[in-house]
Amino acid sequence: MRLLQQTPGVASARALSEQEQQALLEPWFGPDLPLADLPVPQLIEIIEEGDGFDGAGLRLRLQAEVPGAVLDDHTRWRRPLVAAAGKLRLLGAVSILLIAGAVAAMVTLAANAALAANAQVIAVLRLVGATDGFIARAFVRRFTLRALGGATLGALAGAGALLLMPSAGETAGFLTGLSFVGWHWVFPLLVPLLTAAVAFAATAIAARRVLGDLR
Amino acid sequence: MIELDNVAYSYGGGELLSGLTLRLAPGSFHFLTGPSGAGKTTLLKLCYGALVPTAGHARLFGEDVRRMDRDAIALSRRRIGVVHQDCQFLDHLSVAENVALPLTVAGEGGGDLEQNLIELMTWVGLKSRADALPPELSGGERQRAALARAVIMSPEVILADEPTGNVDWEMSQRLLRLLVELNRMGKTILIATHDLGLIRSAKTQVQARVLRISNRKLQAAGVDL
Repeated sequence: MRLLQQTPGVASARALSEQEQQALLEPWFGPDLPLADLPVPQLIEIIEEGDGFDGAGLRLRLQAEVPGAVLDDHTRWRRPLVAAAGKLRLLGAVSILLIAGAVAAMVTLAANAALAANAQVIAVLRLVGATDGFIARAFVRRFTLRALGGATLGALAGAGALLLMPSAGETAGFLTGLSFVGWHWVFPLLVPLLTAAVAFAATAIAARRVLGDLR
Repeated sequence: MIELDNVAYSYGGGELLSGLTLRLAPGSFHFLTGPSGAGKTTLLKLCYGALVPTAGHARLFGEDVRRMDRDAIALSRRRIGVVHQDCQFLDHLSVAENVALPLTVAGEGGGDLEQNLIELMTWVGLKSRADALPPELSGGERQRAALARAVIMSPEVILADEPTGNVDWEMSQRLLRLLVELNRMGKTILIATHDLGLIRSAKTQVQARVLRISNRKLQAAGVDL
C-alpha cells in the first residue's frame, strides 16, 4: 500500500473491504459464499490522476517488493471503448448538423414552391402597395409555425421513445444509458425551437430572393 | 405627379415606345388610346413603376423610378390606384376584405376606416356582395370591386387599363360615372381604352384630354373625336 501511495500518478489506493469483495463475487457464486474460507486475493483499487502511472515500472517494482501482487490495468481494455464512445458522440453531433441542413434545404424547397404557387397573390399584394417585408413575413410566419409544430410532434415522439429505453441503473453498461438524465431533458425542448429558427432563416432568404426577381 | 420625360421602352428587340413625354397634372383627366399592342399597358406600367424605362426618365411624385428601391415603389403605389382589365384578387378573402387589402398591407385599420369601407362599397354598388368571394362575382362587379380597391387609400392618381374591357355598355357608363366623380373630387385620372364611344360620352361630362399612341409616339388626338 505504501509503495502504491508513493508511486507518482496514483491518486489513491484503497484495499477493498470484505463486503465489497463479496458484492463483486455475488453474481457468480451466489449470496451464501463464505468468503473467508476461499483463497480470494485481496483487491486494491487504484485511481490514477493526471497522466496516470507508469504501468511497466510499477509492475517491476511490485514484483521485487511484493512477489504475489498482480497489477491489472483496466485502462488498457477500457481505452478503445472510451474512444468508441467519443466517436459515437461526434457521430451524433455530425448527424444533428446534417439533419439541420436537410431541414433547411427542405424548407427552402417548400417555400420556393409555395412562393411560385402564390405568384398571383404576390402580384396582387405588390399592386396594392405591399412592401417586400410584408409579403415575406406572411410566408415566413406560416413556415416557421409549421416547422415549430412538426418539430414539437417529432420531439415528443423521440422523448417518448427514450422514456421506454432501459434506464441506467446499478448494472449499467454504457449502451443502456441512452436516456436523458436530469437537466438533460432540456435538449429535446430545444429541438423545436432550433428547427423553427432554421425554418425562419431558410424561408426569409428564399422569400427575399424570389421577391427580388419580381418588380 | 407622374412625369415621363423622353421615355423609351423595349422588351428586348425593337423599341415599343420611344421619345415619349407625358405629364399628368393634378386633377387632370386623360384618355390613352391606340391600337392593340401599341403599348398602352406598357405606358401605364411605366406610370406606376412596374417597368423601368430603357431610356429617359420616369418620375413618380418627383422621384426618379430608377433611383427608387423596391419599398419606395411599394409606398408610391399607395398613392396610385391601379385598375386592370383582368383584375385579380385574393380568392380566399371576401370582397370586402379584398377592397380593404391596401389598408391591411399598409398596416392601417380601425373603426373610422370600417365606416369608409361600407360607404365605398355602397358607392360602387357592392354592399350586398361584401361577403361574397371574388370568383363568385360577375365581370362588372369585379371591375367595380377593383375600382373600390384602387381608391380606398384615397390615392392622388388613378390609372385604369381597359376598365370597361369586358363589361356591357350600361356597366361601362356606370364605371365611367364613378371615375368622373373621382376626378371632380380632385383625383388625377388616366384611362387606357380603345373604346371611342366611352371617350365620347366622357367628353360630355368632363374636360378630358385624349392621347393616342401611334408609331411608338404619343400624340394629342383631341379634335377628331
